[in-house]
Amino acid sequence: MSAQLAATATPPVALEVRDIAVHFSGLVAISRMTFAVPEGSIVSLIGPNGAGKTTAFNVITGFLKPTAGKILYHGTDLTRLSPDRIAALGVVRTFQRTSIFGGCSVLSNVLTGMHQRGRTETWGALLRPRWVGDEDARLEAEAAEILDFVGLQNRADEMAGNLAYGEQRLLGIAIALAAAPKLLLLDEPAAGLNPSETEEFIGVVKRIRDRGVTVLLVEHDMKMVMGISDTVVVLNHGRIIAEGTPETIQHDPDVIRAYLGQGVKHAEA
Amino acid sequence: MTARLLPWLFVAFMAVLPLWMHDQYILYVLTSTGIFIIAAMSLNLLLGYTGQLSLGHVAFFGIGAYTSALLSLGFDLDLGGAEPFVLDPQPVWIAFLGGILMAAVFGWLIGRLAFRVRGAYFVIVTISFAQVMRMVALNWVDLTEGPMALNNIPPLTVWWPGEGFVPLYSKEHYYLLVLAVGVLSYVIIHRLVQSRVGRALIALRENESLARSVGINVTRYLVIATVVSAGMAGAAGGLYTHYIRIVDPDIFMFIYTVTMVIMVITGGKGTLAGPVVGGLLFGFLPEVLRDVARPEVQWIIYGAVMIVIIFFLPQGIVPAVGKLFSRKKKHPRHDARTPTAPRITEGASS
Repeated sequence: MSAQLAATATPPVALEVRDIAVHFSGLVAISRMTFAVPEGSIVSLIGPNGAGKTTAFNVITGFLKPTAGKILYHGTDLTRLSPDRIAALGVVRTFQRTSIFGGCSVLSNVLTGMHQRGRTETWGALLRPRWVGDEDARLEAEAAEILDFVGLQNRADEMAGNLAYGEQRLLGIAIALAAAPKLLLLDEPAAGLNPSETEEFIGVVKRIRDRGVTVLLVEHDMKMVMGISDTVVVLNHGRIIAEGTPETIQHDPDVIRAYLGQGVKHAEA
Repeated sequence: MTARLLPWLFVAFMAVLPLWMHDQYILYVLTSTGIFIIAAMSLNLLLGYTGQLSLGHVAFFGIGAYTSALLSLGFDLDLGGAEPFVLDPQPVWIAFLGGILMAAVFGWLIGRLAFRVRGAYFVIVTISFAQVMRMVALNWVDLTEGPMALNNIPPLTVWWPGEGFVPLYSKEHYYLLVLAVGVLSYVIIHRLVQSRVGRALIALRENESLARSVGINVTRYLVIATVVSAGMAGAAGGLYTHYIRIVDPDIFMFIYTVTMVIMVITGGKGTLAGPVVGGLLFGFLPEVLRDVARPEVQWIIYGAVMIVIIFFLPQGIVPAVGKLFSRKKKHPRHDARTPTAPRITEGASS
């Protein structure tokens, strides 16, 4: 109830990262990280290589247990849950390198992503009662819609591993969308894309947000980060050094010194 | 269209084969090859679809064989109490189902273990498991008769109107029974892998982290795969034991697992028809060679054929043939589908 009232003023917090620390036998990957992701927004996590961005993703999605701290998703503690349980709550991620099932068709990639939306188990699969066929038809129709959404509708029967690189990145997003996320974590989705593909990608991410999905983004492409983020969180050496809107971040002296200074000059040159 | 009809044409051909084919020896080879094809199909579910290499697969085959044999013969077992535990001989089909169940239970155990150990460790666990089973069969003489073997195992029966259950002594009839179980196994795997369950299994093979991130409970589906696979291998073992009608600890020999793996890999792992094609090839090759070559040369040719297939068709025979056909079909439209080209020019112009 209170969440609905608050929505008019400040949106409720979808994800809260509270005092997270990750140590790999003495090496500090993240030290005391705290930030919040408001519902319906796009929050970007930036920082130089090795700053702990992907580690943060791994902790949030349950692939890595933190040394200390808590991850709260709408009040539920995620730190003790397995990745598939976390996905069932609506927190879904993509991966930096391969975020597709290369040996399957594009359509079956998306259908696999829809795993949680189906109910068919072993006996249903073997005996194939009527409802199993209905479920398959319904999921296939939804999968076609998702492919349409990311612009891969003409590639449905292609082997995923044969797609062009940019298309593979889009398919990665499609698989994640198929898992019906409420909070979507994108790990460097624009890495290796050419400018026009990045442009296309920005459009896709914005449309995902417009569907009511909260987005947490790790990205190096500053054009993308500054273009779509509501909030930017800057990490360096495992700690947060700045947090704010893209404008404030771009003028933050700490950030310019630590990380963005070079990038801004390059952009102006 | 033809791809869909092909398996059924093949089944129809195999079903009418005994009508004109009266060579008892060839029927015997076909039947034992068929039994191994069922085992290879079950291995394919694990190796081809979930990507887990079980090198102890013969353990499930042997467990099915021994359990089915013991239940159909009956046994008494001194468990240390005053009265030994006595089991009367059970109807042969009850025994057969018992063999499937027992193999499935062990499959469940191995599947749970695979949660902790993957890759090379899973391979070692499964090899050890098969060896332990062989030791048990050799040394638990009270139950298994050890190296003396279990003899006089009754054949499987079939219900015939007016005559009740008739034992299947004739080679033709047993051949048809194996064919029927083979078709059933094929349908089970076909339905499983094309369902939501199958997509989860394949996801596990293709990209386990991504599978987990979309909410697939990896352990659960791995266990389902091992249970179905083990139960099917147990069924093959039951067919085998009631066909040969004698079972000894050599049934757990490593070479049988290797034979199954060869059938799956050469035929094409992760394809439905792969184990059938590979199984027929390597089931028949020794028999064909027997007429034309001396024993030592036979095995050299056997090995050479295998190496040639692996070398030139690393994906296996079935995917290679499939690719050949699809290339022929797609070739005329090749110009129309060069999707990357417009993307590149678009990027360069902006």
